[in-house]
Amino acid sequence: MTWIVRYVCLIPALPMLAAGISALLPQRSRKPAAGLAIVSMAASFALALCAFAAALSNPSPQVFNFSWLQFGDQTLALGWLLDPLTAVMLVMVTFVGLLIFIYSTGYMEHDENFTRFFCFLALFAGGMLGVIIANSLLLLFMCWEIVGLTSYLLIGFWYQNPRAAAAAKKAFITTRIGDLGFLIGMVWLYAQAHTLLFYDSGRGALESGAVSHLAVTTTIYGLTLSSAIGLLIFCGAMGKSGQVPLHVWLPDAMEGPTPVSALIHAATMVAAGVFLIARIYPLMSAHGVEVVTPTIALQVVTWVGAITALFGATVAVAQWDIKRILAYSTVSQLGYMMIGLGVGGPAVGMFHLITHAFFKALLFLGAGSVIHGCSGEQDIRRMGGLRKYMPLTFLTYGIGMLALSGFPLVVSGFWSKDAILYSAHHWSVSQLPFYMASLGALLTAFYMTRQVCYVFFGTLRLPGHGPVSHSEPDSEDTRHHGAGHPHESPAVMTAPLAILAFFAFALGFLGTPLWPWFQSFLNGDHSVAAEHEPGLVATMAASSVIALLGIFLGWLLYGRQSIATCEAPDVLERAQPQTFRVLHQAYFIDAIYDATFVRLTRWTAKLADLLDRFLFHGIVQAISFGVLGLAWVDSFVDNYVVNFGFDSSWRSISMGGRAMAALQGGRVQAYLRYIGLALVALVLYLLWGVAR
Amino acid sequence: MTFPALTALTLLPVAAAAVLLLLPQSSSKLPRVIAAALSLLILACTLLLWVRFDHTSGALQFQERHAWIPALHVEYRLAIDGLGLIMLLLTAIVVPIGIAASWRTKKRSSLYFALVFLLQACMFGTFTALNFFHWFIFWELSLIPAFFLIRLWGGKLAGPAATQFLVYTMVGSVTMLLSFLAIYLATGTFDFIELAGRGDSFLPGVAANLGWQHVNPQHLALVLFAGVFLGFAVKVPLIPFHTWLPAAYSEAPSGVTAILTGAMSKMGVYGFLRILLPIFAPQIHKLQTPLLWISIATIVLSAFAALAQKDLKRIFAYSSINHLGYCLLAAFALVRTSDAALLPEQYAAFSGILLQVLSHAITAATIFWFISLLENRSAGTRLLTDFGGLRRIAPVFAGLMGIALFSSLGLPGLNGFPGEFLIFKGTFPLVPWAASISVLGLLITAVFILGVIQKVFTGPLQPERAVFPDLTSGERVSFAPVIALMFVLGLYPQLVLGALNSTVISYVHQLRF
Repeated sequence: MTWIVRYVCLIPALPMLAAGISALLPQRSRKPAAGLAIVSMAASFALALCAFAAALSNPSPQVFNFSWLQFGDQTLALGWLLDPLTAVMLVMVTFVGLLIFIYSTGYMEHDENFTRFFCFLALFAGGMLGVIIANSLLLLFMCWEIVGLTSYLLIGFWYQNPRAAAAAKKAFITTRIGDLGFLIGMVWLYAQAHTLLFYDSGRGALESGAVSHLAVTTTIYGLTLSSAIGLLIFCGAMGKSGQVPLHVWLPDAMEGPTPVSALIHAATMVAAGVFLIARIYPLMSAHGVEVVTPTIALQVVTWVGAITALFGATVAVAQWDIKRILAYSTVSQLGYMMIGLGVGGPAVGMFHLITHAFFKALLFLGAGSVIHGCSGEQDIRRMGGLRKYMPLTFLTYGIGMLALSGFPLVVSGFWSKDAILYSAHHWSVSQLPFYMASLGALLTAFYMTRQVCYVFFGTLRLPGHGPVSHSEPDSEDTRHHGAGHPHESPAVMTAPLAILAFFAFALGFLGTPLWPWFQSFLNGDHSVAAEHEPGLVATMAASSVIALLGIFLGWLLYGRQSIATCEAPDVLERAQPQTFRVLHQAYFIDAIYDATFVRLTRWTAKLADLLDRFLFHGIVQAISFGVLGLAWVDSFVDNYVVNFGFDSSWRSISMGGRAMAALQGGRVQAYLRYIGLALVALVLYLLWGVAR
Repeated sequence: MTFPALTALTLLPVAAAAVLLLLPQSSSKLPRVIAAALSLLILACTLLLWVRFDHTSGALQFQERHAWIPALHVEYRLAIDGLGLIMLLLTAIVVPIGIAASWRTKKRSSLYFALVFLLQACMFGTFTALNFFHWFIFWELSLIPAFFLIRLWGGKLAGPAATQFLVYTMVGSVTMLLSFLAIYLATGTFDFIELAGRGDSFLPGVAANLGWQHVNPQHLALVLFAGVFLGFAVKVPLIPFHTWLPAAYSEAPSGVTAILTGAMSKMGVYGFLRILLPIFAPQIHKLQTPLLWISIATIVLSAFAALAQKDLKRIFAYSSINHLGYCLLAAFALVRTSDAALLPEQYAAFSGILLQVLSHAITAATIFWFISLLENRSAGTRLLTDFGGLRRIAPVFAGLMGIALFSSLGLPGLNGFPGEFLIFKGTFPLVPWAASISVLGLLITAVFILGVIQKVFTGPLQPERAVFPDLTSGERVSFAPVIALMFVLGLYPQLVLGALNSTVISYVHQLRF
């Protein structure tokens, strides 16, 4: 084991440490907080490069495991690992992250919570890097949740805006729905494999011993255990990676600051779900004895990916907000990655993940630069003609747009998307995902062209700007007050754009069919040989045509005649207002969820409350009233039945006693009176007797 | 003779109460300072006990055993194993938090704090007694200080709430007493350990020993079980025996609520684990499905009910029911099967319960501490709708309370997670269906906790809350250890588990059904 394996944990630990320290810093220490975050990220990047070099020389998984806790006589171990998958992701996340950190110092310059922002960003980076190096599903899950937390904190960063607060909550809860499946899958895997370590010299959950046991055991509905557990874990990936039907949080997440959108909701965190599936690919793809078709788990991944890819692309066509277009395009591209994993394996999906990370970060940062330059405007209808004001942003954004559209041969997006389409075309189960993905690719090129035409071409439609007023020079203070003139962003923001743009070009050449270095590196073999498979050139030609057709259509509808006013309806809206509305509202899925799940939850809560107040409390009340009633009856019997007889006899005795007592009052006069009376009576009696 | 550590520990809060009552009544600030110091002293003594406890042994330790009433075979018997130890520890941690949360108590504060210490003494007694005779005295006696604390220092409706609390708990105690009297008459012993050691045969024999020939012995055993069960189910509480709780928790002063939820509710959990499970394991095994449904209802319904509340204290009252529901889910799952292959799952479930009670004690008490500060700063209101945007003017308050709330939500890295994970890790293989339904509780908990954060801390600032001081430096310092503890337990749960593993093993092996 080389030293780097032992110390690979420093890569996430450094940013986390930076986050911890800057959490204790007062708000005013802006420079130290940003400095700490950037320095820690740079150090992590350097370490990640060392790790990458180590993985190059030894592509088999190298692990470092340790005991975390014991229950009874059992030990729960965690650990980290270094393999090509980890190494590639580490380099990508630290590099993109570093660029975005630097960019953020410019973008967030005027924010009063600048210090907290960098604290959260660093914590995010730590969590994400933790997900990547985890050699235990549990450690991965823990870091995964920390990533979820920071995503929550950063979406809701402008917490005084109720929409941001609501979007943050929505993101956390939607992803947690998926995480419930993840949790169950994890404890199930633990129960079956007796470990959560991925690799543990033959005993790990992803190694042949455990996997072959899981693949031959069937559970409900004839699913193999490995597929069932894989699908439960995939629920978590669906939540995090915005797959339909758990995608709803991702567009709303654009309420966060734009660097956050770039880092978390485009380049890295949302890719964590894809990474997770790539990580547990041995489990997902585990076959029983007879190998016939891809496993159920991978089929589900493919179909979900295909639906998501097409869904996101159609919705992105009808958005106005520059960031929402990119958000739906992210949803769609994540779908492509899932298709890639499902039909082609980890190398295909991961290649698109890496290239996408660069060009999507580029696009988001470009969008941020546009928003920054237009004083916070996000509606593309009110932009236009910005290529004159922001040439550098325009240039880099254009490269990003070409990469995302899959412009043939020169950009990275073409090669990674082509690999997915090629694999989908050769999928043994169905051809439908291939056609869905192709249609999605056409739409991708189309909506990106639409967006670029709206933003950079035509005339400026920013409020307060007639077509003539753009000749006035920029003034420095415009960005602080309301609508000013668009201006190019400072170098601290444009430099990262340029670097990202370079990689959006160059990365593709690491994985072309002629020299598939990336694929063979991830698959762990050194023989970088060109693939000579049938239909390769045909698919390439087809995907080139699709991309070019999309761009051409976009240009035809939006670029040929410049859009004059911001009130003018979209070309598509004019042609198909109903369809456009459905797409603009993203098929009304939010409204449907509101009407079903959200309302159901609210009603259940009401019901639980009512049960409490009336049923359970009512029973208690009834019992207590019953007891009170008994007490009342008892007291009645006491007073009027038992006591009555007692009372009356008591009364007669007492009256008799009183009468007798009166006779013995102790007054001498009374006694004399009695004696006198008796004497008179005696005399009368004697007289009466004598007289007879 | 060895030093009677447990008796001494139980008498320590009594002495503290006496000191407070002897103080001159004129000063209002002195009692709280003394109370805080004494509670920390008691915590230190409990920690000393923790250190002196032999962590490699699952046997009963610090045993004190004296004949008391020989004619009735009643002994004075005290001892703790890991289970008792963790209960003592959490009580000793919660009481200082409760005292800190009562810092602003003005009215007869020395009496208030004295009652708090008496309550602590009763809890210590309950957690260490092993003979039903004096265990029951402590169990009942604890109601008296709790009743007066709610009744005299509570909110507007404290009178009915306190009465309901007292009477409700008393009903459960009476049924429990009857069951134990029957058991005593049949077996001649009140000793928990001895009863647990008799295995699964003695309960059906109770009917014969009592000479009740016409009673079905199995049915009588179930009736006896039901009597004891009711006593503990009310205390924890389990739905539907919980209706005293929301009123009592919301009407009690927040400091007392912190102690009620943090420590006193654990008396019920302790009862389940120390008395019900070892003695009545066959009955629980027989009634397992309905009991699991009760615990699922407790977990899910309480989470939903919390979602419907507007009053912060009621929200976290229900949340407390929810969190302890996981403990009972795991406890009932423990007696699923005696298959040796599932032993690790039983270990996990039981370890999870122990971690969960400790972490819930810390988190819930801390949340009520924050609520008490919130009440003090907002003229007594604690409706969700009365707040908004507080993070802007009280960022430290929001940040630290946010940590406590996320700990309650079970975020990895904080103390709530390891216990919940171990509970699910153990429960799922034992009863997959029950664990799968219960995860719904985790989701709804997230919904209402994020709802609280959203409504209290984010959005525009409410004008009537414009003056809301942030945490003072004194408050920050006093919160620091608790928040640090949350991180420590979340990142390194072995700190606690290491001391409990031997207990876990011997406990699980002693369950016979």
